Amino acid sequence: MPKWAMVIDLDKCTGCGACSVACKMENNIPIVDPEEARNGRAMVWMDMMTTVEGDYPNTHVKRVPKPCFHCDDPPCTLVCPVGATYRNPEGLVAQIYHRCIGCRYCMAACPFTAKSFNWYDPKWIEGASDVGNPDVSRRMVGVVEKCSFCSHRLQKVKENADIEDRQIRDGEYVPACLESCPADAIVFGDIENRDSDVSRLSRSYRVYRYGEDLGVKPKVYYLARRTGS
Amino acid sequence: MKTKPTAAQDRDEALFRPIYETGTGFYVAFGILGIIFLWALYMYVTQVWFGLGLTGMNQPVTWGFYIVNFVFFIGISHAGTLISAILRLSKAEWRRPITRMAEVITAIVLAIGGLHPILDLGRPDRMLNLFTAGRLQSPLLWDVTSITAYFTASTVYLYLPMIPDIARIRDRGGKLTWLYSIMAWGWTGTEHQQRVLNRAINILMIMVIPIAISVHTVISYIFSMTLQPGWHSTIFGPYFVVGAIFSGIAALMIVMIAFRRAYHLEEYLKEIHFRYLSTLLLIMSIIWFYFTFSEYLTGVFGAEPHEMHIIMYKFTGPFAFYFWGMVLCNFVLPLIILSFRRLRTIKGMFIASVAVVIGMWLERLIIVVPSLANPRLDLPAGIYVPTILEWALFAGGISAFVMGFMLFSKFFPLISIWEIEEGRTHGLREVEERIHSYLPGRGATSS
Repeated sequence: MPKWAMVIDLDKCTGCGACSVACKMENNIPIVDPEEARNGRAMVWMDMMTTVEGDYPNTHVKRVPKPCFHCDDPPCTLVCPVGATYRNPEGLVAQIYHRCIGCRYCMAACPFTAKSFNWYDPKWIEGASDVGNPDVSRRMVGVVEKCSFCSHRLQKVKENADIEDRQIRDGEYVPACLESCPADAIVFGDIENRDSDVSRLSRSYRVYRYGEDLGVKPKVYYLARRTGS
Repeated sequence: MKTKPTAAQDRDEALFRPIYETGTGFYVAFGILGIIFLWALYMYVTQVWFGLGLTGMNQPVTWGFYIVNFVFFIGISHAGTLISAILRLSKAEWRRPITRMAEVITAIVLAIGGLHPILDLGRPDRMLNLFTAGRLQSPLLWDVTSITAYFTASTVYLYLPMIPDIARIRDRGGKLTWLYSIMAWGWTGTEHQQRVLNRAINILMIMVIPIAISVHTVISYIFSMTLQPGWHSTIFGPYFVVGAIFSGIAALMIVMIAFRRAYHLEEYLKEIHFRYLSTLLLIMSIIWFYFTFSEYLTGVFGAEPHEMHIIMYKFTGPFAFYFWGMVLCNFVLPLIILSFRRLRTIKGMFIASVAVVIGMWLERLIIVVPSLANPRLDLPAGIYVPTILEWALFAGGISAFVMGFMLFSKFFPLISIWEIEEGRTHGLREVEERIHSYLPGRGATSS
């Protein structure tokens, strides 16, 4: 059974945010009014964590793309009262939107603030509401959603591999954020396969993970910047 | 225990009076509370219609007033059943006029508090998923289980000691005789019936204590089972239970003082009862402080960065006002008022009780919001400002409680009449015998 993981090379990442936008379009993520977004209702699955380091004028802006980490021991699935969020055998932490009762316990339990909630009836860009991605189900008001590692793409890849009676090739199943990255900073694949790019990079000396000390085993690896600061 | 009116029963006429006589003050108060309640209902309908966006909750502060009030109301509900059970169990004779009110508080507040998580749901229409797809591994399911158990046990525990009183009202005739005769279950006060009733009460009172403790422990588990700094603490179970009993006693004293005044029950609820209760309140205040001190001292001493960040957020950050307000309300004020005999008047005790209820509400706020507002990763801190909707539902919850209590007082006596009578006829003799058995010499062998 493969185990899907992601590596984000912060040395290559320019912080452009294309991954965030591509994710938004790929997954039919609702558009939130700017005013609501300022009140903390912005909906992004691929967040850009932005921090400013140092004092003016010697400042340095750090941008870190942050999807759901798809922990191997996810704290969010443990607390869900109805099993609307669960970890599947391939290591993807999935959401069942039609079962979610909207208690937001998973959001409170997630150490990485990876989940979004539909505070209102979702809205899409004018005219785009009927041309969204048909592979991704639309969410409704009052449920929790989050990055799925574009698992709908995995379905297609699996079907193709089944028809051709072969294993899934490395780099065949990739999420939308990876495709849109102009710097090739994101690598995605099966971490159980020792020959995959992801597995190789995850053994790099530059690798670190957020929340490693919590024992939740996140499956998003970061490669630290080579330059100082 | 005769069923037809006796001299003793006439002695307790004051306790029956609220059932048969209703003043204009009652209607005015009830009307105002009813309007507040309807307003809250209307606001809730808008929330269901438009979504939880109408509240002040956001990412990362995903829980707000509803969860705060849930913990707060369930805490208040520990007033009753637990205190009444402990007092009954310890054969405290002064419990007699107090137990009924305490039990009523539990039943009503528990119903209100137990509904709060539903207010908080994004999809209340899917609530039944808890039964079809419920995961017993989730602390929320533990909550559903223990609150239902507590509600069942405490309503039965409220109802059973009411049976002899209901029979009395039935025998007096007048309004709703059919209802009272159904509820009295054919009570005639025979010796057999009394024995069975006492046995049932004894079993229930022992059963209800662990259930009550489990309820608030499990509520604390909602928080402490997560990895969030400020929540992930082993002390939370007992800490919540202590806080619950603490706020419960305070709420009980407020209700007792208010209804003693409204229904002129000074003959029954004497100053001595309040003084005993205030001693309990003082002890709980000190225990509460001990727990709070331990909780924060371990955090500060360990100084784990995330933990420390949240603690400083409470000590000196945006929540400093609420934190120190809580310490003032829960510890400083009650300690000063209740330690000095001169300040320990009914008015003083009332102020102390109100302070404690406010302080305990602040404590729930301080537990829920800061841990959520400060994400572990480098994300901006969240701000939580409750909207008018959340305030409306808070006011609606409180008015529902007062209305429930007022309604109860119009159908059933607020003070257990037969227990008062039992105190007169049996209690005096029993206590004398008991004291004799404590002393050396005659009858010392029986324990």
